[in-house]
Amino acid sequence: MTGLQIVFIAVGVITFAAAVMVVVSRNLVHAALWLILALAGVAVLFVILEAGFLAIVQVAVYIDAIAILIIVTVMLTRHAMRDDEPQLNKTWIWSALAAILLFGGLLFLFNQVPDLVAQAAPLVETDDTYLEILGKSLVDVDRFVIPFEVASVLLLAAMIGAIVVARPPSSSSQEGGQE
Amino acid sequence: MGDPFSLIANWLLDLLVGFGLELEFTKVLLKFLGAGLMGTVAMLLMLFTIWLERKIVARIQDRLGPNRVGPYGIFQTVADLLKLLTKEVLVPSGADRFVFIIAPMLVVMSVVGLWAVVPFAPTLFGTDVNVGVLYLVSIGSIGTLGIMMAGLSSNNKFALLGAFRTVAMMLSYAVPMILALLVPTMLAGSMGLVDIVEAQSSMWFVVLAPVTTLIFFISSIAEVGRAPFDLLEADSEIVAGFHIEYSGLSFGMFFVAEFLHAFTISALTATLFFGGWQGPGAEAYPILGFIYFLIKTGLVYFVVIWFRGTFPRIRIDQLNTLNWKLLVPLGLAAVVFTAVIDKWAAEQDLSRVLMHLAGNALLVVLTLFALRAYARSARKKEEAIRSELMKPSHVSGAGD
Amino acid sequence: MHEPWIFIAFLLPIGFILPAVTILFNRLLAPRRPNKIKDSTYECGIETVGETWVQLKGQYYIFGLIFLIFDIEAVFLFPWAVAYDKLQLYMVLEGVLFILILAGGLLYAWRRGALEWV
Repeated sequence: MTGLQIVFIAVGVITFAAAVMVVVSRNLVHAALWLILALAGVAVLFVILEAGFLAIVQVAVYIDAIAILIIVTVMLTRHAMRDDEPQLNKTWIWSALAAILLFGGLLFLFNQVPDLVAQAAPLVETDDTYLEILGKSLVDVDRFVIPFEVASVLLLAAMIGAIVVARPPSSSSQEGGQE
Repeated sequence: MGDPFSLIANWLLDLLVGFGLELEFTKVLLKFLGAGLMGTVAMLLMLFTIWLERKIVARIQDRLGPNRVGPYGIFQTVADLLKLLTKEVLVPSGADRFVFIIAPMLVVMSVVGLWAVVPFAPTLFGTDVNVGVLYLVSIGSIGTLGIMMAGLSSNNKFALLGAFRTVAMMLSYAVPMILALLVPTMLAGSMGLVDIVEAQSSMWFVVLAPVTTLIFFISSIAEVGRAPFDLLEADSEIVAGFHIEYSGLSFGMFFVAEFLHAFTISALTATLFFGGWQGPGAEAYPILGFIYFLIKTGLVYFVVIWFRGTFPRIRIDQLNTLNWKLLVPLGLAAVVFTAVIDKWAAEQDLSRVLMHLAGNALLVVLTLFALRAYARSARKKEEAIRSELMKPSHVSGAGD
Repeated sequence: MHEPWIFIAFLLPIGFILPAVTILFNRLLAPRRPNKIKDSTYECGIETVGETWVQLKGQYYIFGLIFLIFDIEAVFLFPWAVAYDKLQLYMVLEGVLFILILAGGLLYAWRRGALEWV
């Protein structure tokens, strides 16, 4: 059992336990904090898979932006701190069983693929320049420039949509300021 | 003789291998020792920098600062530490115990983690991940998360409000910081900090991108939460904000994290824009590089302290206006200008430095014009309000 | 391949444990006399009224959201910036177009008054 395998199993168990706690946790804010732990576990898994850039992106986008946004959204509701009811209803054992069966089925399917190994396939160039390859292919006309620009339009749409929905009640034309 | 770091590292490696351990394990062990050393030095450095800061701020304010405990008051921080050690650690009733206790640890972890990628000398750095710059951004924002956890778990309205205001400020000022970090990446062609420092061997990036340096510096100071952006710790405003309920060394950890973060961003500004360890003779003698790094970091830290002692505190709406209406558009414009000018200058075969300086000067002039237009429109709006108020038909005074 | 990350994997837990040890030291050395008044919530000397949740303004959400959008934009732009040396001018202009589209979004937010601290 190499060190890497031990780390992988440990991180996997932590991520799984955190994910279960997200679903089961009684307090909304606690659930958000367990989610942060699960996302951090995924970031470590990315590092184990030698995708350092993706690990950092995971931390920067998911943990630093989305998790904080989730907590802010939770605090925008009225009863966030008071929410204390049990999260499981009567049929939880059946849904847990369904989840385990689905997981088992997926594992079985993956095992059928002949060449599937846990080792990442080596890139053609060394990984010092994989960021450069990514950057060039993002703006290369033959590769991903259209999705790149469409992504920016999508982000623009998200920003405009959210501002339209969550716009503060007083518009900018009002002059007397109020706190 | 000019390279003590490699000498010590190789000597330790040989020593441990001589004890019979295998090579790979010894390397990992050395990294562990290095990490422990870095963490300890970071925390111990605080004993010195806090004293230094208090002395300098005191002199700026025309007073003496700590001068009782030890010669020139050098042991003042040790005395404060001992005092905090003996204070009772209170966990307020109704607070979320676990989250309350680990919040300061998260904040310190995020700041100590930043030191992992800073190159002190050509052969002395924690590690050279090739995503160093983005690592800085992401690990720095974990501190924001810690502050939010501190405020949420304190069972105190002031703490909650203060925490969310702090988090909103830190998220806002992270945007121009990220944009400003794009420019050294572009100019050096890599995200790794070691590569960025090595790319400054011909010309420091502060010469190529002065506007960006300023944007990064200002937004980093706001990220740390120091004056003039220390609205959220102001006693008269919100009674210490998110760390109201903390006492003893839990509070001490927040304090240490803030000062360490201020020192860290001085080091980062020096590394990213002022050449890090670059200087005459640094490549041949790494110890010289280390000294240059310390001098540059010290100078930038002095400017940070100078800001603290000089500027008045910014109001929260001024804070937001400064960020979203000045720094973010300026940051976007700086990235666009740098990108276009560098490529265009390379294609036209003109002098890179001069074109960048000209571009930045153009940016500054445009910004000044925009600021003048904004000030004029704000003044007009204010005069309109005032003429409304002066009208005799107004019975009750309107709010301002 | 994992070599650069090993140091970080050591430094982050050490950065977490060092303050933990210090705070533990504090708990061992300091007196412990819990008292109902001492442990109650601080509000400048008066009693707190009502529960401790505060319903936040929507403004916090908007700031968080705009930060999220710019964060994702930065994630796209960093590889572009790393590959900058090897790009030609038209590729650089494509990246600039990306930035300009998002600057347009910021302008929209500005004109709509979403950036005011109301």
